[in-house]
Amino acid sequence: MAIHKGRGFACINYPIGMNLGGDPSQALVHSTPDGKFMVSLSSIDLGQGMKSVTRQIAAETLGVPVSDVYVDTADSDTGPHCMGSFASRGTHRVGNAVIRAATEARKALLEAAAEELEVNATDLETDGQGNIQVKGAPGRTITVADTAIAAQFKQGRTLSGRGIFLIPPSDVDPDTGEMTPVSCFAHAALVVDLEVDDETGEVAVTEINSAYEVGRALNPRLVEQQLIGGAWMGVSHALYETTEPYYPDRSHGPVDFNTYLMPGPGEVVNHNIAVLERPAEDAPFGGKGPGEMCANPVLPAIANAVYNAVGVRCDTLPITPEKVLRGILANGGAQPQGAR
Amino acid sequence: MSSVEFRKDLFADERDDNLQEIGKPTRRQDILGHVTGRSPYYDDHLFDGLLHMRCVRSPHHHARIRSIDTSQAERMPGVVRVVLARDVPNNLNTLLSLINFGKDEEKLIQDTKVAYAGEPVAAIIAETEGQARAACAAVRVDYEVLPHVLDPEASLRPDAPVVNEVYPNNTFDYHDLYDHQKLRFGDVEKGFSEADHIVEGEYQMSPIEQAPIETCGAIAAPETNDRFVCYTSTQALFFSLGTTAKLLNMPSSRLHFVGGTVGGGFGGKVDSIVEPLSVLGAVLTGRPVKFMWDRAEEMQVGAPRGAERWRIKDGVARDGRILARAFTGFFDAGAYTRLSSYAIIKCTGHIPGPYSIPNVASNVYCVFTNRTPATAMRGFGITGVDFAIECHMDKVAETVGLNPIELRILNAYRDGDMKPHRRLAKNTALIECCQVASQKSGWAISADAARQSSLAGGGGTRAEIPESLTDSVGRIGERRRADIPTEPGAGAPSRGRVAAGTQGIPIVAAAPQDEDMITDPARMGFRHAPAAPPQPRATPSTPVPPAVAPTGTPVPSQQAAAPPQPASPQPSASQPAAPQPPQAPSDPAPAPYKPEQPFSRGVKRPGVSRFLSGSRRR
Repeated sequence: MAIHKGRGFACINYPIGMNLGGDPSQALVHSTPDGKFMVSLSSIDLGQGMKSVTRQIAAETLGVPVSDVYVDTADSDTGPHCMGSFASRGTHRVGNAVIRAATEARKALLEAAAEELEVNATDLETDGQGNIQVKGAPGRTITVADTAIAAQFKQGRTLSGRGIFLIPPSDVDPDTGEMTPVSCFAHAALVVDLEVDDETGEVAVTEINSAYEVGRALNPRLVEQQLIGGAWMGVSHALYETTEPYYPDRSHGPVDFNTYLMPGPGEVVNHNIAVLERPAEDAPFGGKGPGEMCANPVLPAIANAVYNAVGVRCDTLPITPEKVLRGILANGGAQPQGAR
Repeated sequence: MSSVEFRKDLFADERDDNLQEIGKPTRRQDILGHVTGRSPYYDDHLFDGLLHMRCVRSPHHHARIRSIDTSQAERMPGVVRVVLARDVPNNLNTLLSLINFGKDEEKLIQDTKVAYAGEPVAAIIAETEGQARAACAAVRVDYEVLPHVLDPEASLRPDAPVVNEVYPNNTFDYHDLYDHQKLRFGDVEKGFSEADHIVEGEYQMSPIEQAPIETCGAIAAPETNDRFVCYTSTQALFFSLGTTAKLLNMPSSRLHFVGGTVGGGFGGKVDSIVEPLSVLGAVLTGRPVKFMWDRAEEMQVGAPRGAERWRIKDGVARDGRILARAFTGFFDAGAYTRLSSYAIIKCTGHIPGPYSIPNVASNVYCVFTNRTPATAMRGFGITGVDFAIECHMDKVAETVGLNPIELRILNAYRDGDMKPHRRLAKNTALIECCQVASQKSGWAISADAARQSSLAGGGGTRAEIPESLTDSVGRIGERRRADIPTEPGAGAPSRGRVAAGTQGIPIVAAAPQDEDMITDPARMGFRHAPAAPPQPRATPSTPVPPAVAPTGTPVPSQQAAAPPQPASPQPSASQPAAPQPPQAPSDPAPAPYKPEQPFSRGVKRPGVSRFLSGSRRR
């Protein structure tokens, strides 16, 4: 009767965006009379931070402070079409649509400012603080607010933009499976440390050390939130969750959170994360969307660590104490595979 | 405690980090509403006179409906309306019909046959939820129970009960041709015969609930001007709007959908069941109607992440190189397609995981069984096969006696490698993730593995498409007549060949429709390296773009600069991580890390390992 330590590894890549394309998203950007910008979408914020990321993307592209941008979503009467928030497509598809819309609005903004400053629009730049200035002559400047007022009430010009991003649909070859699936991939690798009690079969994950490559962390706090939460879900999938505990038998299906188990606050695993950023060429500022992929490597890493700890291959999820114990019994006792 | 570090030192020459708003930890736009409990969710749109809708559900896995008697339910207190299949104007749909994928097969409310326990056969609209529940219990349904099938492989047998009449073979039809999706790249049998070890395994992913705190639901109400407003928890606003318009045979202009703030989705809020039901209720009663799953429905009737069964067979060389990998996969779709058919395509494009393997084949089946339909969940189409692949990699490492991390790096895909779906890999970073995870955990890897890079060693012969063996086993309906093997190539009376180098044209994003939408690349955060990426071998030509490379045989001169590799079945092309001889003057040992400017986080000391952890926070 002993506690056995185990260590397991797994690494993955993850396709970003709806497979095979054919999933457009649109965005509209317009200025209020005093130079604040509204982004209209029909995309959904599931809690992942859709509104916040598109807001930062719009502000960066427009060249205005993020506090001067507000994202409005999702009303089918005002927000243009978006395929939806799934398949890690939100940041990639909607973000790109917002970039295009904000680019067009920025062009109108600079043209309006050029008319006020009596210069060429190509000679203007934004300072990101709400001002537009002549390149190399920071004294010649006009605020975004004054530009918007002039555009609206003097020039009769709209500071607005439209954007759509679409990867056209790809066919799939029935015989070879040839296709153009997605345009970029996120990556992850992680090491799980855990303990297995050979008397009860219980598995306790003690630490995760990971590396996640996300293209660009558009908002590092939102990335952190996704990765910590996603790894939690991975632990939960590996050790606890199923709607059919005796699949394919349908009996004993849980109907509430008393019987559908998940790790509680006390079981949240210490997780040391390194975020790598290799920007993808067609992603907004290179950002790939970390939301879905972050849970995936945790499942096999736990299974591999359980094998390392007690010599039991759990190839069927979830890895319940019952399965671990039955495996140990079948092997005639725990068979630790050696420290790593 | 947990910690997060940002390794700004890695790939720094590909990024411009001097951006104004991108990369900043800006507070969320909606956080005040969330933390004060004031963000409005669909369930906060409570109308005066709101009615409640609940479904009568099948207790059987599979049964014919002889009759439905609602007379007692109609007289129950508070009952406003009983809704049956005949009240649904266009009562047949498949979710992906909006992108023209699959056949209409699922009814919003059933009237002839139920194919899973929990399938709705009637709905009750009442003044209170309690009254609706009581009336549901009073509906009498006469069922003729039918034999059912719950295991996907049992469902493929000729004598299995038919789950879904639209797909009488219990499999989704791919390309009007096969009962599964094929992937064929090279010749796996040849790879197996050249291998020193064969490693086989079977893996089972169980069904999993998305488990959002906010259960799926919608509130619909008549709006002015003969329109209907619907507040919904959907993850895909226009998907749900389009599905509702189709099922209710109603112009989409009469529908006004509002969503956008959702209490967790994880994939379980795409199926668009609750929106058509609530709008139908509002249409039939002229009053606001709420349809919301309770927790038990969310867990057992709401579509879960489906179960998947995987078998993997690898042919492995003594040194750990994987020479061939074959997959057989079964997605348990439950009684209706929902999104499973699509996940299989996604999965096929993902196979064989992030590795360069010269011979790959897979057969993946979307199988119907008498259980709750499966649908999307975080990692859809990938999570299950990644579990299988990565557990299998551990077995391969054990078989050849290699450190599991080194085995991954040895087989990792790199920039310029050809993937089995016949497109080149780019922007890869698996090796660097492995190296950083090794460093962070203190699980040492060899100096050679630590020296590898995703930027080098790919392409060349690894960019070529081999001659590939095909077969036509598993045509639609074939399996109804006889048991035939499910694994790739098995039982094929004859084989076809696709010539080496055969490849179509990759699809890229549609260009901006107007020049005003074209961004200034200098403002988009990319910094393209001034020099070309380092080439590992002195190849006469860099990996050429796809369509130009239909070379069936390796160019002999390509190996001129590489030293001979003794006793290797294939030349160095398939030995990415073999110790790289220092013959390439352009690529000596990795240059010591030199920051161009100080980083806000990450390694700050020049000269130390690039993979040593930098500053941590929290």
